[in-house]
Amino acid sequence: MKPARSHRIVFRIYLGAFLGLLLAPLAVMAVSAVNLPSYPQAWPIEGLTFAWFEKLPYSHDLMDGLRNSLIIAVLVTLLTVPIGTAGAMVMEQLKARFRPIYYVVVISPMLTPGIITGVATVVFWRGVTRQTGLPLLYNGIFLTVAAQITFISTLCMLIVLARLQRFDRSQEEAALDLGANPLQIFLHITLPFLRPALISSAVLSLLSSVEEFNATTFTILADKTLTTVLAGRIRVGLTPEISALAIAIVTLTLLIAIVYEVSRRRAEAKK
Amino acid sequence: MRSSLALSLCLLLPFLVTAILLAGGLFRRQPNASPGPGFFRRNGPAVSIYLVIAVSAWVFLTIVFPQIAMIDLSFHPNLPPKKIGGPEDVFTLENYRYFVFGPVSSTGSLNTLHLGAYAATITASVAVTALNFILCYPIAFYMAQSALPRALRRLIILLILPYWINEVLRVFAVRLLLSDAGIVNRMLLATGLVGTPVDFIGNNVGLYWGLSYTCILTMVFTLYNALESLDKSQIEAARDLGAPWWHVHMFIVMPYAKPGIASGCALTFMSCVGSIAAPLVLGGPRTLWFTPVIYDRFYQALNWPLGAAYAVILLVSCTVFVLLSLRILGLKLGQIAR
Amino acid sequence: MPDNIGATAKSGVVELSDLEVRYGDFQALQRTNLKIESGEFFSFLGPSGCGKTTLLRTISGFQSPTLGQVKIGGIDMRAAGPNMRPTALIFQNLALFPLMTVAENIGYGLRVRGVPRRDRDVTVSRLLDIVSLLGHGAKKIQELSGGQKQRVAIARALAVEPSVLLLDEPLSALDLKLRQYMRAELRAIQRRIGITFIYITHDQAEALAMSDRVAVMNAGRIEQVGSPRSIYSAPETPFVASFVGENNIIRGRIKRFDGTEATISTALGDFTGRAAGNLHCDQPAAYFVRPEALTPYQPSHETCFAGEIVEILYEGNSSQVTLRMPDGEKLIARSVTSMTASPMLGERLRVGCNRADGIVMAIEGSHP
Repeated sequence: MKPARSHRIVFRIYLGAFLGLLLAPLAVMAVSAVNLPSYPQAWPIEGLTFAWFEKLPYSHDLMDGLRNSLIIAVLVTLLTVPIGTAGAMVMEQLKARFRPIYYVVVISPMLTPGIITGVATVVFWRGVTRQTGLPLLYNGIFLTVAAQITFISTLCMLIVLARLQRFDRSQEEAALDLGANPLQIFLHITLPFLRPALISSAVLSLLSSVEEFNATTFTILADKTLTTVLAGRIRVGLTPEISALAIAIVTLTLLIAIVYEVSRRRAEAKK
Repeated sequence: MRSSLALSLCLLLPFLVTAILLAGGLFRRQPNASPGPGFFRRNGPAVSIYLVIAVSAWVFLTIVFPQIAMIDLSFHPNLPPKKIGGPEDVFTLENYRYFVFGPVSSTGSLNTLHLGAYAATITASVAVTALNFILCYPIAFYMAQSALPRALRRLIILLILPYWINEVLRVFAVRLLLSDAGIVNRMLLATGLVGTPVDFIGNNVGLYWGLSYTCILTMVFTLYNALESLDKSQIEAARDLGAPWWHVHMFIVMPYAKPGIASGCALTFMSCVGSIAAPLVLGGPRTLWFTPVIYDRFYQALNWPLGAAYAVILLVSCTVFVLLSLRILGLKLGQIAR
Repeated sequence: MPDNIGATAKSGVVELSDLEVRYGDFQALQRTNLKIESGEFFSFLGPSGCGKTTLLRTISGFQSPTLGQVKIGGIDMRAAGPNMRPTALIFQNLALFPLMTVAENIGYGLRVRGVPRRDRDVTVSRLLDIVSLLGHGAKKIQELSGGQKQRVAIARALAVEPSVLLLDEPLSALDLKLRQYMRAELRAIQRRIGITFIYITHDQAEALAMSDRVAVMNAGRIEQVGSPRSIYSAPETPFVASFVGENNIIRGRIKRFDGTEATISTALGDFTGRAAGNLHCDQPAAYFVRPEALTPYQPSHETCFAGEIVEILYEGNSSQVTLRMPDGEKLIARSVTSMTASPMLGERLRVGCNRADGIVMAIEGSHP
C-alpha cells in the first residue's frame, strides 16, 4: 500500500516520537551515569566522571545480589533446559486426545502473573518444610529457583518444540535399525539435532532468570538478588551508581548477544 | 511423623501416577496410530525415566501443587504454626469476606482500601492495555506491511534495545526522567510553562507511563506477528475499490489480526495487573496498587492466608478478563496461546 | 545383543507364518505364509496402501504383528526390536543423518556396536569402495547428489553386515535415467554380496527387472508369488493380470472347462484360453489377453476380434491401436510398427491371437 504523502509525513513524526520516548529514559540514564552530581541527572552536564562505575565493586549488597543472581541463573538454566526439552518431547509423543490439556497446563505458567507463581511457590514449600521438618527447602535461593523454573521451562519448551516439530522421525528409526539403543539414539541423533534450540534456550534462560523480579521478590525471603537489591535501593533514593550499573549490564548483555549472534552466523555459514 | 510419611507419599505419587499412565498408553505409539512400540520401548529405560521425572516434577512440583497449596491456604484462618492442623484449622471464607468488608466482622462497611486498590489496578490495567494497543498498532502495521527489510531490521533493533535492561532498571529510568529534578520538569520549568515542578510520581502519570513502557514490546511484536501474514493484495484491492484508509483498517486488517490483537491485549493486561516493579518504584505515596497489597499481606502483616486469598482473586480476575475478551472477540484459547 | 542374533542368523531365510497385522478394525495385512530363500532378490509389488510397507516394517521389527510370527534364519524374531534383528532397512527418504559426514553415516551401525574407530575406518573405506564413493567420506550429506545419497544409504545398511537387506521404494525419488542405472547397480551389489534383498515397490518394471521372485500384493493380501516371467505370463488372479502389465478384459460366463483350458461365452462370442485355477460352468469369468499378443489377423490365428479403429498412438518401435468392439467395449492391440500397414482411424481392423495367449479366469461381479 502506498499511503499518501501527507500520511507518510505524519507517520514519520509519530514513529520518531515513539522511538524517542522509548529511548529517552535510556539516554537519560546513560548520561546520568557519567555526570558529576550525586543525584542522577542528565542535564545540565556538570562534568564527566567514572566515579559511579568505580564505586560499584565496593557496594556489598549489589555484589552479593549479583552473586546470588548468577548462582540462581546457572541453577535455573541447568534445570530448565532439560525440563523444557523433556516437556517438548512429551508433547510430541502424547496422543492427540491428551495434548490440549497438557498444553494448557504447561503453557499456563507463562500466562500467570509472576507474583502469583511466587506466592504459590512460597506457600507450597513452606507447607512442605513444616511437614517434613527439612529447613533446607525453605531458603531464598531454593525457592527462587523453584519459582523461576516454573515459567522459564515453558519458554525453553516452546523453543525446543519449534525445532522438534521439524525433526524427521525416520532418522530415529534408521538409527534403531542400525542397532542403536534408545539412549544412543537420544544422544547421537536427537540431541545434536536440537543443539541450536538448546543453546538458544540456555541463553534466554540465563537472561530471563537474571532479569526476573516479580516472582523473585516473593521467593527470595531474607536473601537478595540483583533485582531485589536494585528495587530496594531505588525506593530509598536515586543515585547515579544505579545508572552506572544499568549501563554496565546493558554493555555486558550486548556483548554476550553480539558474541552469540556472531558465533551463530559463523556456524551457519560453515554449513 | 505420620504426616511426613503422608507428605512424602504425596510428593512421590505424581511420579508413580505418571509412570502408570505412560505404561497405560497415554502416548501415541506411531504417527499413524498403529500399534507399535509404546512409550517405554520407544524411549528406552534411561530416556523414559528422564522424561517422566523431568516433566512430572515440573508439572506437579512447580505448577499444579503450588497453585493448589495457594488456593487451599486461602480458605484457612491465619494461625500460628503450632495450631496448624489443629481443631481451629477449619475451612473458612473469612479471607474473602475480609477483602470485601474489611477487618470488622460485620457486613456494614466495605474494605475500601483494598477494594479501591483492586479496582484501581484493574481499571488502570485496562486503560494501559487500550493505550498500548492504540500506540502500537500503527507501528506494527508499518513494520508488517510497508517497511523495507533494512528499515525493518533497524527498527526492530531500536525497539528491542530498551528491553536488554532489567525491568527494575527500566522503571528506574522512567523515574529519572519524571522525578521532580528530572529532565522533563527542568524543561518545563525552563520554558516557563509551570512555576513549580509537576509531581508526575504523585499523580500516577509516572506509574502509567512505566507500565505502558514495560509492556509495549509485547504488544508491538504480537501485533506484528499477526499482521505480517496478511496478504498485501487484500489491502490494495480494498483501496482500489475506493475504501478510505480507516475503513480498510476497521474491516479488513483488524478482523484479520483479531487473534493477534487478543493475545497482545491479554498479555499486556496480565503483565500490567501482575506488575510489581513499576508500582513499587513509580507509585506515589498515595498510590495503592494491588500487587504491593498482596506483598504486604505476606511480609508486613504476616497474614499468609489472606495474602493467598488476594493472590487467588488476582489470578481469577486475570483469567476472567482473558476469557471474557476472547468471548467478546469470538475466539478460542488455542488461537491466542501461540 | 544384536551381534548374538546376527551371528546365529547368518542365513538370510525369512519365513512368515500366519502373519497378520491389524490397526484397530483395519486389516493391514491378511494372514500371510511365505518363505524367502537366503540370497534371494525378492520383491513385493503392489499399489500404495496394499500393505507392502506394513509387511516390510513387520519384518524389520518396527511393527509388531497382531498374529503369527516372523522367523529370520530360523529364529523367531518376536522379542527382537529393530535394533536386535539381522536386517537393515533402506528408507524411502533414505533417512541419512544430516549432521554426520558420509563416513560417520556409514560407520554409525558399527559405532553403536562399540567397534573401535580404527576397525570402523577400515570397514567404511571398504564399503565406500563397494558403492564407488571412495574419497567422499569426509563430505557432508548435503553435498552429495541424489544417486550418491542412495549409495551412502546402501553402504550404511551393509556396514552392519545384515543377512537381510530391506528396501522401501528407495528409487522412487530419483529421475528416470538414474533410476534405471541404480536398478542395475542394486542388482549387481546384491549379486556381489549375496545376501537376501527384500524390495518394496509399486513400479512393476523395477520389480520384474531386478527380482528373482515377485509377490504381488493387493488389499493386504499376497495374490501371487512367482518368478517375474510367470507373474507376467501366467497371472493367477484378475488383479495380477490387470496390475502387472496391460491386459484386455472381456467378461462373460464359463461355458466349458477341461482342467487346463476353458471356453468363455461373452457378448463378442466364445473364446478359448488357458484356464487359471479351478473353474466350473456358468461361473462369472473373464478372458484376458495382452495387447502385444494381438497381431493383425492371419488365418492361423485361433481367436479373432474385429472392430473399428478409434485411436492410434505411435510409440516409435510399436504403435498402440484402440478398437471399438461391437458391444461398445474397447480393445487395445500393440504390435511392431512394420507389421501394421499404417491403419487409419475409422477403418475396420481384424486382430487375432492363439489359444495359449489368452487366459480365462473367474471373477467376482465387482472386479475389474
